[in-house]
Amino acid sequence: MTVPVTVLLWLLPALPLTAGALLASAGRRAARIAPGAAVAVSVAALGLAVAVAAAGAAGRPETADAPLFAGVRAGLRVDGLSAVMVVVVTAVTLAVLVWSLARPPGRTAADHARFPGLMLLFAGAMLVTVTADTLPPLLMAWEVMGATSWALIGFDWREPEKTDAAGTAFLTTRAADLGLYAAAGAALAGGADTLALDALPEADGGWLDLLTAGVVLAALGKSAQLPFSFWLSRAMRGPSPVSALLHSAAMVAAGAYLLLRLRPVLDASGWGAPLVAWAGAVTALALGAVAVAQTELKQVLAASTCAQLGFAVLAAGAGSTAGGAAQLAAHAAVKAALFLAAGAWLAALGTERLAGLRGAARARPALGAAAVAAALTLAGLPPLSLWAAKDQVLAAARHESAALYAAGLAAAALAAGYATTVLRHVLAPAPAAGPETPGGRGGAAGRPGAGTGTERERPVPGAGSGGSARHREVAGTPAEGERPVPGAGSGGAGPAGRAPAQGVGGGGAAAGGPGPGTAARVVWPVGVLALAGVVLGVVALPSAARWLRENVGAVGEPVPVPWEAVLSAAVAVAAAAFAWWRPGPPRLPRAVTRPVRRWIWPASAVHPAVVRPVLSAARALAAFDDRVVDGAVRGLARAGPGLARALAAFDDRAVDGAVRAAARGGRAAGRLAARADDGGPDAAVRALAAGARALGRAARRPQTGLLHHYYAQAVTGFAVLALFLLLLLLVR
Amino acid sequence: MLTVLVFLPLLVAGVLLLAPRAVPDRACVPVWLAAALAELVLVVIIWAGFDPGGGIQYAQRARWIPGAGVGYHVGVDGLSLPLAALTCVLFLAAAVHSLRRGTAATATATGGGPPRARAWAALFLFLQTVSLGLFTALDLILFFVFFDLSIVGMYFVIAGWGHGERARAAALKFFLYTFTGSLALLLGFIGLYLAAEPHTFDLTDLAREDPLAGRGAHAALVLLAIGLGLAIKTPTVPFHTWLPPAHTDAPAAGSAILAGILLKMGTYGFVRIAMPLLPGVWRQYALVFVVLGALSAVYGALVALGQTDVKRMIAYTSVNHMGYVLLALGAAGILTGTDDRARALAVTGATVQMVSHGLITGALFLLSGVLWDRAGGYRIADFSGLAGPAPRFAAVTAVGALAAIGLPGFSGFIAEFQIFTGSLGSQPVATAVALTGILITAALFLRALHRMLLGPTRLPGSVRTGGFTDLTPAETAATVPLLGLSLVIGIVPRFLLDVIEPAARALTGLVAR
Repeated sequence: MTVPVTVLLWLLPALPLTAGALLASAGRRAARIAPGAAVAVSVAALGLAVAVAAAGAAGRPETADAPLFAGVRAGLRVDGLSAVMVVVVTAVTLAVLVWSLARPPGRTAADHARFPGLMLLFAGAMLVTVTADTLPPLLMAWEVMGATSWALIGFDWREPEKTDAAGTAFLTTRAADLGLYAAAGAALAGGADTLALDALPEADGGWLDLLTAGVVLAALGKSAQLPFSFWLSRAMRGPSPVSALLHSAAMVAAGAYLLLRLRPVLDASGWGAPLVAWAGAVTALALGAVAVAQTELKQVLAASTCAQLGFAVLAAGAGSTAGGAAQLAAHAAVKAALFLAAGAWLAALGTERLAGLRGAARARPALGAAAVAAALTLAGLPPLSLWAAKDQVLAAARHESAALYAAGLAAAALAAGYATTVLRHVLAPAPAAGPETPGGRGGAAGRPGAGTGTERERPVPGAGSGGSARHREVAGTPAEGERPVPGAGSGGAGPAGRAPAQGVGGGGAAAGGPGPGTAARVVWPVGVLALAGVVLGVVALPSAARWLRENVGAVGEPVPVPWEAVLSAAVAVAAAAFAWWRPGPPRLPRAVTRPVRRWIWPASAVHPAVVRPVLSAARALAAFDDRVVDGAVRGLARAGPGLARALAAFDDRAVDGAVRAAARGGRAAGRLAARADDGGPDAAVRALAAGARALGRAARRPQTGLLHHYYAQAVTGFAVLALFLLLLLLVR
Repeated sequence: MLTVLVFLPLLVAGVLLLAPRAVPDRACVPVWLAAALAELVLVVIIWAGFDPGGGIQYAQRARWIPGAGVGYHVGVDGLSLPLAALTCVLFLAAAVHSLRRGTAATATATGGGPPRARAWAALFLFLQTVSLGLFTALDLILFFVFFDLSIVGMYFVIAGWGHGERARAAALKFFLYTFTGSLALLLGFIGLYLAAEPHTFDLTDLAREDPLAGRGAHAALVLLAIGLGLAIKTPTVPFHTWLPPAHTDAPAAGSAILAGILLKMGTYGFVRIAMPLLPGVWRQYALVFVVLGALSAVYGALVALGQTDVKRMIAYTSVNHMGYVLLALGAAGILTGTDDRARALAVTGATVQMVSHGLITGALFLLSGVLWDRAGGYRIADFSGLAGPAPRFAAVTAVGALAAIGLPGFSGFIAEFQIFTGSLGSQPVATAVALTGILITAALFLRALHRMLLGPTRLPGSVRTGGFTDLTPAETAATVPLLGLSLVIGIVPRFLLDVIEPAARALTGLVAR
């Protein structure tokens, strides 16, 4: 029964993503099983990666896709380049998680479930990034990587300086990520509207330029190339296993991978390829110099990461997919091994200052040997892998321009220099035990300069930290790294009183752990990774190189001619020898040494230039919003009642005044009318009445009640009547 | 079906209010919860029976005031159904949140649950009817009535259950400001009514007729009135200043509904009324909305970064998020330099953003209620290292914040990616400016997370002797599903996009005619 490749393709990221999300959110309950489960999941993921890589590298890349947006699909595909990446990512994840079994970061039981969960979540996001076939899933995974890196770098959330470093890493990379959002919009507007990675070069005109700029910006940010390198320096405050995965094989490699993947876009734009090539070369040079000037192991390694990825970026710009892929793979193995070794030394010795690591490799031969092998590879010495990979890149660079080639060679010399400096310290004879260890932790702090903020990780329990309350919280949980190991005898904090110096001198416990079982779990991952770094040197063999080129689809790319290989080998050996025999920094003017020591452009320089102005602007705008914008509204609101009051006054005075005036007028008119009325008509009426009364009185007078008066009146009346009739007759 | 969906909560509210006093207040929240659950089931059934390509469905009409051209007309399409579903989800979350045990500050008298639980539950049920009614209304007057009633309901929530005296002032400001907006809206509606022949307020008829096509000044004035009314409600800069005080002083569940549902009434008004009913003048003045959108996005984010109060901060991020919506809708009105697909993508993104913002910001406001319940304040500087005493609260809040900054895997990314890709083609400058908003919001949420949740633990003196307790089961059950839904949309968005996309295409077609 065979499972279709598409199913495996979906499973490859889905498995770690799901398991990671579950573990990260399970909390304390999962503490017991989480580390083991995470290792099991990463074993399975490695198996899946190998399976899909085999299918993809055999020239039958299958696509697993699903509809996402209208007309835009989300696709996963594994071709030759992705095949390299998925195997590298899953292998390094497995190694780091095995290492973390012995040295789990965190203090509480919940931390022990959260850490492997977040690591798996991160690994799953990286797997989507390197297999994505269209822009949206790539951008999605790309940003999830940024967020999980925030959670992982700031894993020890009680320490503000660590969470600040995590915030710097997240915000810096997200600022660069905006480029990918713009690129997606440009692709749609420019006609590459399926957003398939293969189709992106078809975008036309100005949109192609915007697309290219966005992609380059995002990639340089993620890969911590100049001008964004500073975030990686601060990110070193995170736990060592986080750096071993994120800052070697995965997150930072994603930027270079994207440029390698989108080389057709760089070529199509015309200016993209040379810009990227020079960005990589300049970073390789400048950060190589920075690495030489660092005094702490993890800072050296971080600067070296920028510089080594500079070669991969240079490969993308110069057109060497095979060289870039080889560089990414070799660097991932070597750097992961060194970060894990650094973590082990830090746990055992309580310091990461190079000066404090004298003899560290001799004290634990197994770990030391692995670390030395990795450092020799990092130095680019022949016939080890980074030498071989770099030669492929440099061949392409020479094809482009002599200046690019020269810059690359110089950067290779610097790589040999800083790697040898590390070697010189860890291989030096161990200092006499007496002055080095005045007892317990104080030993480290007592060393000159060791207390200046260099001990960023608290020593693990078991290394004599005195057992703080938080450590005791988890003592006895198996995930603490003190899991009872057969033969170890003690599962608790038994050896906690052991002074670090005894670890240095003893050599029995490779990393200061309580027993050989833990030691083995710390050494094995480092050893395997270092071995991988060595063995990958086979790409120097023409047949192996040809195989690689065929698989990543880079058949016509320039190959190093013999004199180039000899020259680069000679340069590396000479630089290493110089660094070994003539130790100590060269005397250079401060104008040179200061930026080199401070990472050219440190986060502390970005703060006043970018962060503080934005914050001040935000506060000023907030005040503006309250006073002016809201003030205008409040003013309007106040104007309302004001207007109302004015209207009320108007109403009282004018309108009501008019009414009152009218009323007054009315009354006056009334009075006038009354007066007139009294004088005229009423007087006439009264006169009439008086007349009537007088008539009435007159009319009453004849009625006296005396009979003879009535007779006399009647006679008079008849006489008048008769007279009247007589007059009538006469007139007739 | 829709009528039942809309009015069932009102019915339950009436029953609660009329129930004899013998029924204890305590019993009201469970009844409300049951009603909210029934509503969710109803909306899921409606969703299941919805044909994405079928335009407006489940329509119901009834005569109301025929003489004035006003009718009862409801229905759902791909733009309104997601918002109706969001309404049911968010009101259910508010009901669950109200189950939490009361703290000393809120509810000793009632023995758990919010004070005056009967009125509280009835008010939220009323608001649910109003919200569902607005999202399903297909008549301008019906829309307006629900629009106004939402203001009334929320006024009582803030004034009655807000934080003290300031809450009454904030409620009054909210009421007067948004009420002014609704009056402008009414003016615009009347303008549309008068232009239609025969006069009508019916949305579908108006959209079909496009009565204001080619009537320059009249159309511009109508758009101005409607645009102003909706811009106040959305809110966009510079009409947003009612929002921060209303949020700061509102109770947690009230803030969640205000941000999650009521703000969407503004943006929904743009896609339901302003764009399809005034296509010509929308195209003409689209640039205004693009500029307002980009300005809101960046200005809102920057002002949020400058806040010292976490609830005010979240309130200002709402201005930012609604700015993206307006940017996309404006860009969808500009035909040059873009094609149908880009415009439909922008509109789809805008609609997803409405849903996404409702879920995420709703959850964040419910979470901010934890601060008030435990410590009686929201000042960022008062808290540090809450992840120590309250790991679950810290984890859920961190996830909510990451979702709010548009992290892929959550719904915000699905929305914002489509908005940006859809808008960049026609509006590269405005889109690029708005794009910086996602960086600023990332910075401000990280800053708040670092200050309040991480670092050494330090609590304000107002925290009671029990210490800062972690999320209670009710608080967890109210917030985690919201973020879970956002996660589902972020990972498998097709179930939502399948519904929205045909409607978005139809809308861009209407705007382009």
